Amino acid sequence: MSSRKRTTVWAAAVLIVSMAACVVLLGNIDRIRPRDIVEDSLYINSPKLVRRASLGFDGLMACIYWTRTVQYFGHRHYFRERTYNELAPLLEITTALDPHLVPAYQFGASFLAPAPPNGAGQPKRAIQLMEYGIRNNPDNWHLYYDLGFVYYTELKDYRKAAEVFEAGSKVSDAHPFMKVLAAQMAEHAEDLATARMLWSETYEASNENNIKQNALEHLRGIQVDEDVTNLEQAVARFNANNGRFPTNLWELASAEHLPGVPVDPDGNPYDLTLDGRVQVRHPDDFPFATKGLPPGYKPGPLKFHSKG
Amino acid sequence: MNARIGYIASNTFREAVRDRVLYNLIAFALLLSGAAIFVGQLSIDIERLVGVNLRLTAVSLFGVVIAIFIGIGLVSKEIEKRTLYTVLSRPVRRWEFIVGKFFGLAGTLVVNTFFMAIGVFGALLYVVHKFTASDGLILVALYFIILEFLIICSLALLFSSFSSPLLSAVFAFSLFVIGSFADDLRGFASLTHGFTRWIATGAAYLVPNFSALNVISVVAHQQPVSGQLILQNTLYAVFYTAMALSGAVLIFERRNLK
Repeated sequence: MSSRKRTTVWAAAVLIVSMAACVVLLGNIDRIRPRDIVEDSLYINSPKLVRRASLGFDGLMACIYWTRTVQYFGHRHYFRERTYNELAPLLEITTALDPHLVPAYQFGASFLAPAPPNGAGQPKRAIQLMEYGIRNNPDNWHLYYDLGFVYYTELKDYRKAAEVFEAGSKVSDAHPFMKVLAAQMAEHAEDLATARMLWSETYEASNENNIKQNALEHLRGIQVDEDVTNLEQAVARFNANNGRFPTNLWELASAEHLPGVPVDPDGNPYDLTLDGRVQVRHPDDFPFATKGLPPGYKPGPLKFHSKG
Repeated sequence: MNARIGYIASNTFREAVRDRVLYNLIAFALLLSGAAIFVGQLSIDIERLVGVNLRLTAVSLFGVVIAIFIGIGLVSKEIEKRTLYTVLSRPVRRWEFIVGKFFGLAGTLVVNTFFMAIGVFGALLYVVHKFTASDGLILVALYFIILEFLIICSLALLFSSFSSPLLSAVFAFSLFVIGSFADDLRGFASLTHGFTRWIATGAAYLVPNFSALNVISVVAHQQPVSGQLILQNTLYAVFYTAMALSGAVLIFERRNLK
């Protein structure tokens, strides 16, 4: 073998071995370094500074920051993390860089407002974000709709929600539904029917798959809440009439003249506990349900469903 | 070490220390180190933090600039001046030339870092008046900075083995920037699917991971750096350098120098 060939073989071997070693070592280094340093790093917190540092390329920077925001939220949401420390600063930087980036407000509010693990549990910052968005995009009725939604779903401030829907209904080209919502908030805000109407409208009005998915999950949760409420009322009636809880749901269905055993939106029968509570069989399938959850239930990894 | 590699390394070192650009950059780094004293005084209650951050960043950035600007000319200058032909006409193999050049440049950077470290500690002493045990952590950050320089040197040499000095500088600097965001790149790769995931993961592992070598803010906050991290980072730098150098050797072995 010539000297050059020998060198080539040696160099190629060193290259391959070094490459493999680097991959293994990187894995080790990732394990050693604290996780929050890897995931929770936001280099600059000041929107103004980022805007100036972007040297006029603020549109591109806004897109980069928005992408990073989605990655940050998506990753933590998927693993059902309970902290979203960098979410609000990331959204503030994104919208400061491009105040007309409407999806950042719409999605941002739905990331920020819900309680963990479905969101950051920061409805007040969601409201600040939406108000900033409305100041910069006063002709966009969707922003009023989303702001009203935060007041309605997270803060239960129905008067404020009605005011925002009313203000949004006055924007030119606003959906006629905004007026209906304002009226509904004023009169029947706490009804499950109102919640169902809102989420159904969100599902129908949006072209974004993620928004549709979110609305669908909420609708499924509302269905479970309604079913569990009705069934527990039926159990209470049975108890009042017979002096005991029904032994199973067949007995309850028979007493209430129901056509069959009640099932959840996935077709699985509800469970009846010995103390007369009604529970869903697979709570992880209904991340937004507030009733029918086993005591001490902790949400598992996020699941997605198609419309059925 | 092979004696021929030693000769090439010492010549490279001598040539590098004669370069006026080198002194300008070191002077700038020391100036910035001194300026950190005044910047620190402007801040409230974080004089030490500002000082350590600014000085170590200056050492790192100026060192990277020195590594790139000297490294990219190591091969091309020898070809341009035709001194390479004189060297290779002697019993020196091409791989020995590349490895010798690397050690020469690495030696230059280690000596530079030593002097800049004296500046860092001198300025720190001026601010805090006496050293504490936790100031020793700055040595860990400086050690990681040297590891970073070794990787940069090998990359500059790799690009220099097949490209013009200007393009080599662009490539090396781009890799430095990308490598500084290596964590983000791997995070992005983990969120993708299918073919994109393969490509993104491959790219994420191929670029040097400078983010793991940057412990400046950790050290500035006087937080400890684990011995395991020091060991793994050392091994990583050695293997990455070996990988880039063997790439340079493979290319340079086949390069037509006529």
